[in-house]
Amino acid sequence: MEKLISGLKLGLYQTFILDNNYQYFVRGIGITLLVTACALVLGLVIGVMIAIVRSAHDQQPANKRGPVLKFLNGVCKVYLTVIRGTPTMVQLLIMWFVIWASARATDSNMIRCAIVTFGINSGAYIAEIVRSGIMSIEAGQMEAGRSLGMSYADTMRFIIIPQAFKNVLPALGNELITLLKETSIVTVIGLKDLTKGAMIIQSKTYQAFVPFFAIAAIYLVMVLFLTWLLGKLEGRLRQSDIR
Amino acid sequence: MIYVKGLSKSFGDHQVIKEINTHIAPGEKVVIVGPSGSGKSTFLRCLNLLEQPTAGSIVFDGQEITDPKTDINKVRQHMGMVFQHFNLFANLTVKDNITLAPQRAKIMNKAEAEQEAMRLLKLVNLEDKADAYPNQLSGGQKQRIAIVRSLAMKPKVMLFDEPTSALDPEMVGEVLELMKKLADEGMTMVVVTHEMGFAREVATRVMFIDEGIVMEENEPGEFFGNPQNERLKSFLAKVL
Repeated sequence: MEKLISGLKLGLYQTFILDNNYQYFVRGIGITLLVTACALVLGLVIGVMIAIVRSAHDQQPANKRGPVLKFLNGVCKVYLTVIRGTPTMVQLLIMWFVIWASARATDSNMIRCAIVTFGINSGAYIAEIVRSGIMSIEAGQMEAGRSLGMSYADTMRFIIIPQAFKNVLPALGNELITLLKETSIVTVIGLKDLTKGAMIIQSKTYQAFVPFFAIAAIYLVMVLFLTWLLGKLEGRLRQSDIR
Repeated sequence: MIYVKGLSKSFGDHQVIKEINTHIAPGEKVVIVGPSGSGKSTFLRCLNLLEQPTAGSIVFDGQEITDPKTDINKVRQHMGMVFQHFNLFANLTVKDNITLAPQRAKIMNKAEAEQEAMRLLKLVNLEDKADAYPNQLSGGQKQRIAIVRSLAMKPKVMLFDEPTSALDPEMVGEVLELMKKLADEGMTMVVVTHEMGFAREVATRVMFIDEGIVMEENEPGEFFGNPQNERLKSFLAKVL
């Protein structure tokens, strides 16, 4: 028992105190959150645009679809198929070692690469989430907007998207949590995120127990915080549902 | 005001409207009645192109709105529409429901639109609901707000698609009363309804549509008192 406690003490000391190792966690958290937040924004932009193209295409009668809309819809479908059909890690490897091949391996380059990869990846999932939200709004809302002389774009922007967004917030929260945890695979390109920080400490100190349980706890706390934040946001958006 | 020529509409192989010709003059109150599935709602929805007609033309205010080059959004700004299920914007307050379209069409600025919204809400005695959300209202309140939401655009004609069919019986009266008030003020109206009392009292012309054809139309006295068409006779026997 005493041996166990002294071992744990040593583990804690080497993981956090020795050589200011705690810095790996602090910087790691920063990078993990930065990549997650930027990728989410990029994913939302891509996702909403694709969702609008896809549902505009599906809502028009077949004989009224313009060639541009048909083309864009085709592009979106290919994108969704490819991105959802291949592993995120493979996408990251291709992005860094093929597309970014000539870039120097600096932190800022790797961060940029990670944000773009996860943004594009998340965009595909968010697109389908948002599309399901758009489809869940009854046709009467669009008809009412159009009957008042508002354009399709205006009705989407002021009426349909806000309601759709509220309906899909739980699913988007899911996507955000998945995204946060999935960023841990940036270790394969050498970006020093939270997970990489623990791996570095392990290789320096031969400690495994403390560093890995520590980051598990840190991920958990971050997810709990996000869940709490989403709950708040949902409460605010539910204002119009109060009877 | 609205000239309809050879209007037809099919959903797949099913022809719902068969070559309807009619003219709706300014100030007219046309009430359309008929059995369910007769095509009367589809006809009404064709008038502002919520349904794209398969054939025929509609000319509104000298403009052929069935022409693909026509800016339909501009046309619809002058045609109000009231729906069976109200279709108030669920994410907006009552006031925002009314002010959104006039502002986006740039016919009013924010202050003007809000002033107009409050004037209209006062008209229907609902000014205390300005900041409420639609699902906090009763059906009758929703429909009255849906009507004034259309009025905020200052339309030249109002289309009503079974405006009282989804209401509890005790709320039908307040909506019909508002529609009568509109009619008295000279609004051009096209109303699809099952309210025969309203047709008799307010209509300048009643139209009986069945199987996508205008079977008979007349001023209400003759229409109800002396129907000619056999189908209309049996229809009236059932609903009166």
